[in-house]
Amino acid sequence: MRTPLRSRSLRGAVASVAALAALAACSTDESIDDPAPQAGEESTSESEGSGGSEEWFVQADFDEQDQQRSATFEGDPEQPYLQYIDGEMTDTADYASQEAQKVCFANASISNPWRQTGWITMNQQLQELQDAGVISEMETRDAQDDDNTQIADIDYFISEGNCDVFVISPNSTAAMTPAVERACETGKPVIVFDRGVETDCYTTFIHPIGGYAWGIDTANFLVENLEEGDKVVALRILPGVDVLETRWAAAEKIFEENGIEAVDYFTGADPTKIKGIITDELTKGDVAGVWMDAGDGAVAAIEAFEDQGVDYPVMTGEDEMSFLRKWEETGLTGLAPVYSNFQWRTPLLAIQKIVAGEEVPKEWVLPQTPITEEERADFLAANEGMPDGHYAKFGGEDLTGYPEVWQERQIP
Amino acid sequence: MTTSTPLLERTERAPLPEHHRSWTGRAAAALATPGGAVYVLVVALLVATVLANPNFGDPGVVIRFLGRTAPIAIAAIGQYYVIVSGEFDLSMGAVVAAQVVMAGNLIGEDESRILPVTLLMLAVGVLIGVLNGLGTTLLGVPSFIVTLGMMLALGGLVDHLTGGAATGNPADSFREIGRGGIEDVPVVDVIPYPLIILAVLGALASWSMRRPFGRSLVAAGDNPDAARVSGSSLWWLKTRAFVISSLSATVAGIILVGYAGVHPSVGQGYEFTAITAVVLGGVVLGGGRGWVLSAAAGAVALELLFVLLTALGVESTWRATVQGLIIIAAVAVAGRAWQRGRRPRRTGSSSATSSRHLTHHQPTPGTTTGDN
Repeated sequence: MRTPLRSRSLRGAVASVAALAALAACSTDESIDDPAPQAGEESTSESEGSGGSEEWFVQADFDEQDQQRSATFEGDPEQPYLQYIDGEMTDTADYASQEAQKVCFANASISNPWRQTGWITMNQQLQELQDAGVISEMETRDAQDDDNTQIADIDYFISEGNCDVFVISPNSTAAMTPAVERACETGKPVIVFDRGVETDCYTTFIHPIGGYAWGIDTANFLVENLEEGDKVVALRILPGVDVLETRWAAAEKIFEENGIEAVDYFTGADPTKIKGIITDELTKGDVAGVWMDAGDGAVAAIEAFEDQGVDYPVMTGEDEMSFLRKWEETGLTGLAPVYSNFQWRTPLLAIQKIVAGEEVPKEWVLPQTPITEEERADFLAANEGMPDGHYAKFGGEDLTGYPEVWQERQIP
Repeated sequence: MTTSTPLLERTERAPLPEHHRSWTGRAAAALATPGGAVYVLVVALLVATVLANPNFGDPGVVIRFLGRTAPIAIAAIGQYYVIVSGEFDLSMGAVVAAQVVMAGNLIGEDESRILPVTLLMLAVGVLIGVLNGLGTTLLGVPSFIVTLGMMLALGGLVDHLTGGAATGNPADSFREIGRGGIEDVPVVDVIPYPLIILAVLGALASWSMRRPFGRSLVAAGDNPDAARVSGSSLWWLKTRAFVISSLSATVAGIILVGYAGVHPSVGQGYEFTAITAVVLGGVVLGGGRGWVLSAAAGAVALELLFVLLTALGVESTWRATVQGLIIIAAVAVAGRAWQRGRRPRRTGSSSATSSRHLTHHQPTPGTTTGDN
């Protein structure tokens, strides 16, 4: 019949538009004051919401990380993945074992080049420890950026995994806390790295200094190289992830204090969006600086300046090869902040220490030092032949398979 | 597809009142239809953007903006063919991403591979369209599901090939297609290549919709059974629509590789943006009504909306919400315009109280067969 067909298609239209709107703004049941986050990310279910950065700014953490930037790190600087800031240690004598361990790794995802590079490095480290008889096997579950999947993964490991050690790289902070606590209740060592959780039941929590330090390093650099009143465009991947939100929270505060006009956008690392945003901002007026909460897409941002035929901005990217190369090629004034990729080795090396009964730092803070223009040439030379998505401070030069494994970038 | 002529004769039973009006009267009436109203919307958004940011009034800026809009407008044109025939193509964004990744991986820095890889990309585009079309028509699976499946399959393939992250960009000369343009043009400074591609494809599309193919396609969307009875080969018609759709996504992908570079997120949400653009252009979901160039105008309106939000400095966290609400409002207004602007009824029976649904209750002779 014509009639039902038509009214159905109309309802279809309404449904499609509603779906579009939902997609454009996956709004949850947060209070109306909480702006809805962008599409394409998962951490909307957290109670923290994802509003302005003031919600993410904690002065004490800011101050602590500000100090840690100049802290002394214990251990050999040649092995930054084993360095730590002196502090509380966890006694692991009870875990000492001669047996090769079965490691269960609940990974948030490998959906960005930073995580992929780390994942490759981790697998090469795994090979060495398997050869040394420390680890028998590592069973990995990839949660593909989904909280619920990762909770299920951890619970599976607890009940069926027959695991000796848990390694968890949480997808989001609040949502993963109960699952991590359940893992702790098994009495086996639990190693958390990268993003944090809201419990300290873990054996060790491994991470570089953190997002505030990133924000401080980058914002200070832009402030030093810009004049008061200059405009900075801040390109952010997505809202709601603590390690990214704190980067922006710290930077925004410093920009405000120094009279830098900063406007932020969420890009999902999509170069099309990045280019459009920069182009629109350049149409509006001069853009003196570009700040990024992660370097993915930095090249597209720089190209937008080229396409408009205007001067390059002062810019902070990341130690991703694509940015380092474009930075050198263009000669712009820049800084490559580093969220130490070599931390992907540390959890497995921590296992080696734990089964040997050696104590490990309760909170294992790894060094996090940006790459400056003076150091850039060295890092470019050291990583020659590496693909664009590779990270200069990946820290796997002494592992088997270097450099071919990273050059071919075969994701295990 | 000359066989569609009897159908058209049957549908256009008597001379329609509009045709008695003057040219200006008809133009005014056209602007009051959703397909015409979108042009009013584009002008309104353009004025608003220029008011918010006078620099946007510069011809050079506008032409660059249009160049940037070309890929999504081309995708909207492709999506139009599928929608007007009564189907959906949800695989568009995945096709864009797959083509972008293919270009990055296969061309690399080797310029001699540009031509063969481009041909391969077009062939892959045709293949995807044929699979979508045959799945919908011959297997009888709803296109929503067929193309959704295609989207997932291609998305998985891209993830497998890239691991979900960016690889290197292809050779710069290939990227010129999306990044370059004719330089040193008076007034506008530069004419971007993507805009030229859009103009050519828009002209082709407009022409094709006046051909028997286009008319049969609209007829098939309006009433598949009548089209079938009139002798149109439905599966071949719709399959061609799907091929055009995935080819347009391929062209959009080629432009986007140039414009932005390789990233698996390129093309993300393209199917929804294209469908929104088509709806904003006044094309009726479910098929059978709408103009192809209005779909392209819908894409321009959508992109202008993003620019306007930037010009107004809307906070990043609110942006998506504002966009969503404005899109709903625009489609609602367009729906109203359709009410007012539709051709006056010859019967005049349900004039005052006529709701959208009432209009559809009007039986059309010869079309009261079961729907699919």
